[in-house]
Amino acid sequence: MLVFILRRLAQSAVVVVAMSVLVFAGIFAIGNPIDVLISPEADEFERAAAIARLGLDKPMHEQFLRFVDSALGGDLGTSFVHGVPALGLVLQRFPATLELALCAMLVAVALGIPLGLWAGLKPDSLAGRVIMTGSILGFSLPTFWVGMMLIMAFAVTLGWLPAGGRGETASLFGVQWSFLTADGLAHLILPAVNLALFKLSLVIRLARAGTREVALQDYVKFARAKGLAPARIVGVHILKNIMIPVVTVLGLELGSVIAFSVVTESVFAWPGMGKLLIDSILQLDRPVVIAYLLVTVLLFVVINLIVDLVYSLLDPRIRLGGGRA
Amino acid sequence: MTEPLLRVDGLKTHFLTRAGTVKAVDGVDLRLDRGEILGLVGESGSGKSVTGQSILGLVDPPGRVVGGRVLFQGEDLVGAGEKRLRAIRGRRIAMIFQDPMMTLNPVLSIGTQMVEAVRAHEAVSRAEAWERSRRALARVGIASPDERLASYPHQFSGGMRQRVAIAIALLHSPDLIIADEPTTALDVTIQAQILFEVQKLCHETGTALIWVTHDLAVVSALADRVAVMYAGRVVETGTVAEIIGAPRHPYTRGLLESVPSRNRRGVPLRSIPGMTPSVLDLPEGCAFRPRCDRPTAACTTMPELAGERDDRAWRCWNPVAAEVRGDAA
Amino acid sequence: MSSAVAKAPPVETPFLRLARDFARSRTALAGLAVLVLIVLAALLARWVVPQDPYDLAQLDILDGMMAPGSLGGSGWTYWLGTDDQGRDMLSAIVFGLRTSLLVGVVATLIALAVGVAVGLLAAYAGDRVDGLVMRLVDIQLSFPAILIALILLALLGKGVDKVIVALAAVQWAYYARTIRGSALVERRKEYIEAAQCLALPHRRIMMRHLLPNCLPPLIVVATVQVAHAIALEATLSFLGVGVPVTQPSLGMLIASGYQYMLSGDYWVSLFPGLALLVTIVAINLVGDRLRDVLNPRLNH
Ligand SMILES: Nc1ncnc2c1ncn2[C@@H]1O[C@H](COP(=O)(O)OP(=O)(O)OP(=O)(O)O)[C@@H](O)[C@H]1O
Ligand code: SF4
Ligand SMILES: [Mg+2]
Repeated sequence: MLVFILRRLAQSAVVVVAMSVLVFAGIFAIGNPIDVLISPEADEFERAAAIARLGLDKPMHEQFLRFVDSALGGDLGTSFVHGVPALGLVLQRFPATLELALCAMLVAVALGIPLGLWAGLKPDSLAGRVIMTGSILGFSLPTFWVGMMLIMAFAVTLGWLPAGGRGETASLFGVQWSFLTADGLAHLILPAVNLALFKLSLVIRLARAGTREVALQDYVKFARAKGLAPARIVGVHILKNIMIPVVTVLGLELGSVIAFSVVTESVFAWPGMGKLLIDSILQLDRPVVIAYLLVTVLLFVVINLIVDLVYSLLDPRIRLGGGRA
Repeated sequence: MTEPLLRVDGLKTHFLTRAGTVKAVDGVDLRLDRGEILGLVGESGSGKSVTGQSILGLVDPPGRVVGGRVLFQGEDLVGAGEKRLRAIRGRRIAMIFQDPMMTLNPVLSIGTQMVEAVRAHEAVSRAEAWERSRRALARVGIASPDERLASYPHQFSGGMRQRVAIAIALLHSPDLIIADEPTTALDVTIQAQILFEVQKLCHETGTALIWVTHDLAVVSALADRVAVMYAGRVVETGTVAEIIGAPRHPYTRGLLESVPSRNRRGVPLRSIPGMTPSVLDLPEGCAFRPRCDRPTAACTTMPELAGERDDRAWRCWNPVAAEVRGDAA
Repeated sequence: MSSAVAKAPPVETPFLRLARDFARSRTALAGLAVLVLIVLAALLARWVVPQDPYDLAQLDILDGMMAPGSLGGSGWTYWLGTDDQGRDMLSAIVFGLRTSLLVGVVATLIALAVGVAVGLLAAYAGDRVDGLVMRLVDIQLSFPAILIALILLALLGKGVDKVIVALAAVQWAYYARTIRGSALVERRKEYIEAAQCLALPHRRIMMRHLLPNCLPPLIVVATVQVAHAIALEATLSFLGVGVPVTQPSLGMLIASGYQYMLSGDYWVSLFPGLALLVTIVAINLVGDRLRDVLNPRLNH
C-alpha cells in the first residue's frame, strides 16, 4: 500500500512538472511572452522596464528557472484588469466553483445511482426505457443551452428561482458559501442541476451497465438462495459492486466538472473561477489565465491521486493486495 | 407410503428468448425422502442446473417455470409467493453452486456474507450470528475461523471458498441441500475431501441432498439413488445399484460405457455418438432417437417414464435388457 | 417461400451487409434521414432559404424581433421569427448550421489524419516512441477537452480557422489511442508478419494492411466526435471565444439571443438550440448504430 501511494505521488509530480513545462512552452513558444505578461496598454518605457523586470531578455532556460521559481513562490504575475496578484484572484474565486461542482456531483450521484439501478434491474420496463432515453438526451444536449432553457423555464416563465448570481452567502471556515443560506441555496439549485446533467447521464449509464452485469453474477443468485430480502441484495450486494466503477469515474470527472463550470458559471453569472477565466480571456488578462491553468492542473493531479486512493480502499482486491485469483 | 420430503411433478421451465422458446426443463419428475442423497446426472445442457434452480424459484428471466409442481413437505413451491420462498431459501432448502470463484461476493467480507445469512432467518444479535458463523466454518474444516471471517473471498483458494459456501448452506440445518456440481471446478484431491465431508455432514444432520453432476463415478460413491436427465427430462431413475448394474435406458448405458472403470479393463471405452441436441430443435418423440442404436417406429412418440416401481423407471420404448451388463461382475 | 430461400443468395458485399444491418434499427434510419436532410440544407443553404441573412440589403430593420409566424413587411412569413436586425431566423439557422457542420467535420478530419498518423507510428515504431506518444496522449486526455480548447483559443484568438485548429488539437488524441489499440492487435496477426517477411516497405505495410483493418473503430469514434466537435464549437462560440460575429454558427446564434430570452423573447435562442440538438442527436444515433453493426462481437 505504501509503495503504491509513493509511486502514485511520483507519477503526479511528473505530470505537474510536465504540465508546467507545457504551460511555459505555450507562453514562450506559441505566444509572445511580452504580449502575455505585459498589459497591451503599457507604453514603451513601461514595456522596457517590465521586460527587464521579468527577465525576458535572458536566455530561455534561465527564464524557465525564473518562471518555476516565482511559480513555486506563488507569484504568477499581476492581473492587468484588477491590479492584484493573479493567483490570489483565482484562489479567491475557488470556493464558489468548488461549491457548485460538489453540489452538481451530489445531484448526479443522488439521482443517477437510483435511476441507473432501476434501469438496470428492469431494462425492458417503460421506466427503464424512459431513463435510458433521458440519459442519451443528457449526453447530447449542450450544457450552455440547457442552462439557458432552465433559466427560461424556472426563472423567466415560472419565476420560481433566481436566474443568476450567488445570492446571500454565509461564512464557514473563513470562506463564503451559498448553501448555508436559503437565498444562496435557491441560487445554487439551477446551476447545480445544469452542471450535473452531463454527469447524471454518465452515472445512470455506469450504474445501469454495472447493475445489469452484477445482477447476473452467481453471487447474486447465491445471495437470493440464502433467503436475503431484495432490499439487502440490491442495496448491499449489487450497490457495493457498482459503486466501485461509479466512484472511480465520478472522482476522475470532478476535474471535468470544475472545467465545465466555466460554461455554467457564464450562463448563470456565478462568480467562480470559471467565470473569471472567461472574463480574463475576453479581456486579455493573461496572468489570470495562466494562474487559472496552473491551479487547475494542480487540482486535477490531486483529484486523480485521491481517486486512486479511494478506489483502492473500496475494492478489497486492491486494498489487500494480490491474494489468490 | 409416507409423504416424501420433495416431490417434483412434471416440472417445466422454459426460456422465452428471441431465437425461440428454449425448453430447458420439460417435464421433470423427481422424488426424495428425508436424509436421502439423490444424484442428478446428465450431459452439459441437459437441464440439471435449471431444475435445481426451479425448485427454489431462482430462475432468472427470460426463464420461467411454466408448468408442474414442486411439493416440498406437501407444500407446492411453484405457486408460492416470493415472501414464502424467501423464508424457505437458505433455511429449509439451501443451495451450493458450481463455481466457488463466483458464488461469494468479492467486495463483502466472508463474515458479512455469513452473518447476513444467519440473520435473514433468525432475529439474533450480530455477535451471536458471528459466533454461529465461526462454528459453521470450523465444522467444514476451516482453521482459525475468526481470522477467516474478516477476510475477503479473493484471499481464499477455490476449495476453501466452496467450504465456505457449504458452511453457509449448513447454517440453518436445512432439510435439503441442492448442490450444483460443487466440486467440478476443484482439484481431484480436494473434490474427494469435499465429497466425503458433505456426505458425512448430511448423515450427521439428516439433511437430504440433491447432488448435480455429470460424473457417474462421483454419484456411485455418494448417492443412494440416481436420476438421469436428457434434454430437459428424466430418462431413467433408480437406486445406484440398479442404475450402475442394470441400466435400462440406452442413454444411461452409453454413459456407463464411456466411464473408465477397474472391473471393465480391456473392454474398449465407448462414447455416445452424436451431440447433445439443441433444446431449441428437438426431434419429435424420444429426444435420444438420433443418437440411439435401437430406435423403432414407436420411438417417434414420446415414451412415458415408467417401470417396475415409482422410483425405478425409464423413458424408453425398447429398454435395454436387464442382464446385458452382467459382464460387470 | 422455401424455394426462394433455397436459391443461391446474391453475392453480398460487406458494404451491403453493413447497410442491411444498419437498416434493422428504425431509430438509426430516422437519424440518418434527418442527418441527410440537415447536410443537404447546409450545403444548399443559399437556395433553400428565403433570405441571405448576411446580406444587409435584404434585411428590413422594421421587421426586427418579430415573433414566429409573423408576416413581414416584404410579404413572406417569418416562421421562426426574426432577430433584432430583422433577420429571418430560419435562414440564419440554416447558415449557422453550415458553419457548425463545416467546423465540426473539418476539425474531425484533420484530427483523424493527425491521430491516425501518430497512432500508427507509435504502434509500429514500438517501445520508446510508443511509450512517449501514449504518455502524451494520456496526459492530454486526462484534461477536459473544453479546457484545452479554451486555452488554445485564448492564445490563438478568434476565427473559424482557429476554432478548427483548437478542436483538432483537442481530438487527435482519441484517434491516436484508438488506432494504436487496434493496430497493436492487428500487428500480431499473421498477415502483417507475412507482409514483413516479404520485406514490403514499412509505409506500404501500414497503408495497405494495417489501416484498412483498423478502420471500423475509427469510423465509429469519428462519427461521434463530429457531434462532440459541433457541441464544443457551439459552447466556445457561446462563451465568445469561437467563431467571429461575421460568420455565426448555431452556438453564436444562441448566444446572441441570450439577452432577449431573459425578457421573454425566446425564439432567437430556442430555435437555433433545437437545430443544434437535432443535429447532435441524429449524429449520435447514427454513430451508436454504426458501432453496433461494426462490432462483430455484438452481432449474433
Ligand atoms: N438464461 C438462459 N437463456 C436461454 N437458455 C438458457 C438459459 N439458461 C439456461 N438455458 C438453457 O437451458 C438448458 C439447460 O441448461 P442447464 O444450465 O440446466 O444445463 P446443465 O445440465 O446444468 O449443464 P451443465 O452441466 O453445463 O451445467 C441449456 O440448453 C441452456 O441453453
Ligand atoms: S425410445 Fe426409442 S429412441 Fe428413445 S431411447 Fe428408447 S429405443 Fe432409443
Ligand atoms: Mg449446470
